[in-house]
Amino acid sequence: MTLVLDGVGVRQRGEIWLDDITLELPAGMTVLIGPLAAGKTTLMRVAAGLLPPTSGRVLVDGKDVTPVSVRKRSVAFVYQQFINYPSLTVYENIASPLRMDRSFPKKEIDRRVREVAGLMGIGELLGRRPAELSGGQQQRTAIARALARPVDVLLLDEPLANLDYKLREQLRADLKDMFAGSPGVVLYSTADPAEALTFAAPTVVLGEGRVQHAGDVADMYDRPPTLAVAATLSDPPLNLLPGVVRDGRIECLGASFPAPGAQDSGRPVVLGVRPHQVTIERTGPGGLEFPAEIRLAEVTGSTTFLHLLLPDRRHLVAQLPGTQLFTPGEPAVAYVDPAHVFVFDEAGGSLLAASAAEVDLHG
Amino acid sequence: MTGRGADEISTTGATVAGGQVTGEVLTGDVLAGAAREAPGEQDASRADTRTRNNRAWFLVLPVVVSVAFTAVIPLMTVVNFSVQDIFSPTDRIFVGLDWFRSVTRDPEIRAALLRTLLFSAQVLLLEIPLGVALAVSMPRRGVGVSAALVLVALPLLIPWNVVGTIWQIFARGDIGLGGWTINNVLGVNFNYTLDSTDAWITVLLMDVWHWTPLVALLAYAGLRSIPDPYFQAAQIDGASAWATFRHIQLPRLRGVLTIAILLRFMDSFMIYTEPFVVTGGGPGNATSFLSILLSKIAVGQFDLGPAGAFSLMYFLIVQIVSYVFFTVLTRTGR
Repeated sequence: MTLVLDGVGVRQRGEIWLDDITLELPAGMTVLIGPLAAGKTTLMRVAAGLLPPTSGRVLVDGKDVTPVSVRKRSVAFVYQQFINYPSLTVYENIASPLRMDRSFPKKEIDRRVREVAGLMGIGELLGRRPAELSGGQQQRTAIARALARPVDVLLLDEPLANLDYKLREQLRADLKDMFAGSPGVVLYSTADPAEALTFAAPTVVLGEGRVQHAGDVADMYDRPPTLAVAATLSDPPLNLLPGVVRDGRIECLGASFPAPGAQDSGRPVVLGVRPHQVTIERTGPGGLEFPAEIRLAEVTGSTTFLHLLLPDRRHLVAQLPGTQLFTPGEPAVAYVDPAHVFVFDEAGGSLLAASAAEVDLHG
Repeated sequence: MTGRGADEISTTGATVAGGQVTGEVLTGDVLAGAAREAPGEQDASRADTRTRNNRAWFLVLPVVVSVAFTAVIPLMTVVNFSVQDIFSPTDRIFVGLDWFRSVTRDPEIRAALLRTLLFSAQVLLLEIPLGVALAVSMPRRGVGVSAALVLVALPLLIPWNVVGTIWQIFARGDIGLGGWTINNVLGVNFNYTLDSTDAWITVLLMDVWHWTPLVALLAYAGLRSIPDPYFQAAQIDGASAWATFRHIQLPRLRGVLTIAILLRFMDSFMIYTEPFVVTGGGPGNATSFLSILLSKIAVGQFDLGPAGAFSLMYFLIVQIVSYVFFTVLTRTGR
């Protein structure tokens, strides 16, 4: 089973929602990640057949299904909101897509409902109505409803976004097991990099209605091909600093670090540093050193996010381990190891080097 | 109403107070005396950090005064009438519950009660499904929304006696568009001034025309609050239009339909202006509803005693039926 989007574009009221999307999704799970308003939901609605694309085609197993109504397609959809039929019990909710199909005998429906309900851990709740369930149970019901009928294309649009983090982690693990080896195409959208990295499935990064990059998510995390991909896959957000190439060094806000290949003097670059690569204690020689002022320390328990004000009024966030207390207004020094600095082209944002040693810029 | 006000005020202190004395201590200055009688030891045993402030009573006062002036005192005048036989302002005798007895036995009033109940039942049976159907078929988005809303709301904007006048003319066989069409085009003999069934149908249709839009607007508001994904989910499941209505739209309408049924029951049970203008209660007694009969007794015959007893019972019936409706509607299906 494959799902192919061939040059799919969507325009609504003069705005481009999706721009020339071409993707080939194999059987099994694919993760679609992108920031808010990237077009994830639009892409899923086109894939489901809920929204006809303005241009391009949708093919399932090589067959063009673009004009086929969603009622006639073999799809299932799980929404970010918990969508269940309020007047039906959990059992009836899960059974409803099977009943509509008409090819399932009564016994088979019962068997399948109990099987997926067991799989989703809601086997005890079959007699309840959605209003009598917690948010996590409601979403499990919605997912069970989508899983009950074997479909060619299963779409999950940020299904865990409205759940609290404990349930999210638990369901994430359950879903990963469930979709491994699925014969149909499973497209799972999220805005959470941790979710994409956990699933470790083929990943498509969507941004501003375009496919930014597609490939292995761990590779993309280690070597983000563009600034947009790096930003999408970084949580907490990537620190961005302006840099200039100068005779074998890269200068940044009065500091500099050696990069033997940096010879294209005067060329501006953008430096990207993940917050957990910033420290406030010297780790070794040759690092970037910034005098800074402490603005705010956010303590979450296992981590402390330290917001620093650098020269030139630039902001830098450091992710420090454990609970550390700081006084806002006090001075500090921020250290960044050049081995963990991404160097991006200022124009276009493509990755030039994933560390100082890799830099290869000649005039 | 005043009782509820007192409860609300007292709860400001209730969180601080110990459980068993809450009611006594906190009901404000009225019961402050009772609080003082409470054992002194108990007061000393816990730190009383509450600030006593009874100024809140003054804030309730305007409501108490205006409710008393506009509702309670006039109602008491009616109660006063209902237990006396009044011959002249200076000549009256106390008759106890005699008027209530005679009102319950009056065949004319009994007939009017049955007639009004039948009318209300027919109004609900017609207007609720029709209003919901109208709401479901109204567009959900686009330019059509405003057009549909204005069109549907139009009958609600017309003064009631004008509605009566419109229908009085519309249904006339000689010059009215509706009446003339029925008589001359459909060839059915229709005359609401002579035939009781025709008069009944005219009044019923008029009410449906006038008030179905209210039900439709309420239902439409309820339908609009359903997020799009519900409809998409139904589409993906391949659910029929009926199944979508039954399992997605109808459950969401429970709240607004409860309100709609209550409003339409109360209003239709007390209907006066429109039938008064169209038929004046006739022909004969065919459309003489409780309110029309009541005004005939009170204003026409100036029988204040029976009219007082009648109105009190009328008031009670509306209260009781509304209460029963509300309880049943909010409890079923939960």
